[in-house]
Amino acid sequence: MSARSGQAKKLGAAIRPSEMQISGVSKGYGDARFRTEVVRDCTFTIERSKLTVMIGPSGCGKSTLIRLLAGFEKPESGSITLNGAPVTGPARDRLVLFQESALFPWMNTWDNILYGPRARGEATGESRDMAEFLLNKVGLGQFRKKYPAQLSGGMQRRAELARAMINNPAVMILDEPFRGLDAMTKELMWEYYSRLFEETRRTNFFVTTDIDEAIFLADRLLIMSNIPCQVRAVLDIDIPRPRTLISMVENDRANEIKMNALSILHEEAMKSFSRGSKAAADFVDAYSKRVAKG
Amino acid sequence: MSAALASAVQPRARPGRSIFRNHAVRAVISLSTFLLLWELGSRMHLPWVGDVPAPTVVMKAWLPLLSDPGYWYSWFQSSRRVLTGFLAAMLVGIPLGLVMATSRIFRDVTFPVFEILRPVPPLAWVPAAIIFWPTQELSIGFVIFLGAIFTIMLNVIGGARSIDLRFFQAARSMGASSWDIFRRIVLPGVLPSIVVGCEVGIGITWNVVVAAEMISGGGGAIQSSAGGGLGFFIWSSYIGSSYPQIVVGMISIGIAGYISSAIIRRLGRLITPWTRAR
Repeated sequence: MSARSGQAKKLGAAIRPSEMQISGVSKGYGDARFRTEVVRDCTFTIERSKLTVMIGPSGCGKSTLIRLLAGFEKPESGSITLNGAPVTGPARDRLVLFQESALFPWMNTWDNILYGPRARGEATGESRDMAEFLLNKVGLGQFRKKYPAQLSGGMQRRAELARAMINNPAVMILDEPFRGLDAMTKELMWEYYSRLFEETRRTNFFVTTDIDEAIFLADRLLIMSNIPCQVRAVLDIDIPRPRTLISMVENDRANEIKMNALSILHEEAMKSFSRGSKAAADFVDAYSKRVAKG
Repeated sequence: MSAALASAVQPRARPGRSIFRNHAVRAVISLSTFLLLWELGSRMHLPWVGDVPAPTVVMKAWLPLLSDPGYWYSWFQSSRRVLTGFLAAMLVGIPLGLVMATSRIFRDVTFPVFEILRPVPPLAWVPAAIIFWPTQELSIGFVIFLGAIFTIMLNVIGGARSIDLRFFQAARSMGASSWDIFRRIVLPGVLPSIVVGCEVGIGITWNVVVAAEMISGGGGAIQSSAGGGLGFFIWSSYIGSSYPQIVVGMISIGIAGYISSAIIRRLGRLITPWTRAR
């Protein structure tokens, strides 16, 4: 028991309070005439020990931003820094959780979680203890010998959280991680994930298209404009933690923020709609019905 | 009729309700129906089927062969050739495929040659192989090798290139070296495709060995009549006009091919346990 609380302390204590600064970043694809500028002059901060959520219409360039933050691609202009040091490539201090499970299908849960330490030749007794702790932390103690295909969608996401956390990243980047889960599982994952965040207070950057998910999780909410991707508004979600699904539904402040965020998203959708985006049409339509009802 | 339909729709209904649910039983029904139709067709001298010896006649020719060491030596010879040619194809094809999949430069340089050689049927190589290689045995082995290697290589390349890009990104983010990525991502990632390639490849080697033995005269075993392999067994039966033995040889090859595919499949499952995990 004492060993376990020691692990918990270590999990929290080892985390460096880290901050990412994105300034004037631009990125486009294609040559000359066929060029599309996906991200233009994008500036924002991922504040230390906060859960920053980015929301924007689908196809607005969020995933491109994530690839830039992770270091899989390089910005054409502008800079991305972590604690003042420029980001030059992928590294374990910025780990990404992808939209769908990227667990290695040929490794069982235990081997997946221990992948990082083993790859770096650090699979000591200590990292094994940590893997053990994290395995139980994400509630998969019974499933250590199971392959990813044998886990449910929610279990896969939890296994992936553990696989990322064992590397003790300075910043965790999550790209619509709960997309595709059924509504019940999704809401349970929100509560689960925010508990995990509250325990460690690691700097987290979470991308989503779901407004309820965004407000439930966020300390800060970045609302993005459609292509080219820029920060349109920053909202502070000043709702005390821990939050629960019920308290959020009844919370007037939460509803106020939601309406505010929706009206900004609506403006953005209108703009891209008038520029000929078919994707925005559904949102514009749904929003006007909703406002008429309310 | 409706019972058969129901059993098809619900594969796991109550067990023991009908023996038709058992795979083995279905296989026996399938085979015995085939043999029965063949027997009838042969006895009634139906067009096309009529000249083929009936199963009972084939069995009559087969039974004495079962205690003939020459017959079994043919089995051994063909199996040995298939195995060596196939192993050589694996030893060359798998590493070559992996290098072609991972090195862009190597692929660009070698792939055009590979693509031109690939459509040439292995049998078209037989005359050239007989001229190039010093012994008959080596010529046959070379043709078998050619029969399997392209399928194995194509599967390795295809398998490696279809590995999810995010696996590499995730591994790199977690600090994995290129060697570690190769060993723990690429290799297990292509393993299922290697198994498929080998399963198809060994089937082709059986096609090839038989034809190669016929054309090359059974690896210099003409004098001994036995020991030239199953392909030569068929050919000499044809020369000697013993038609039931031709069919015996054909069925023997069918069985040999089935056994080798089954072995590869079994081994494949053993080394890729995650593909069956559900």
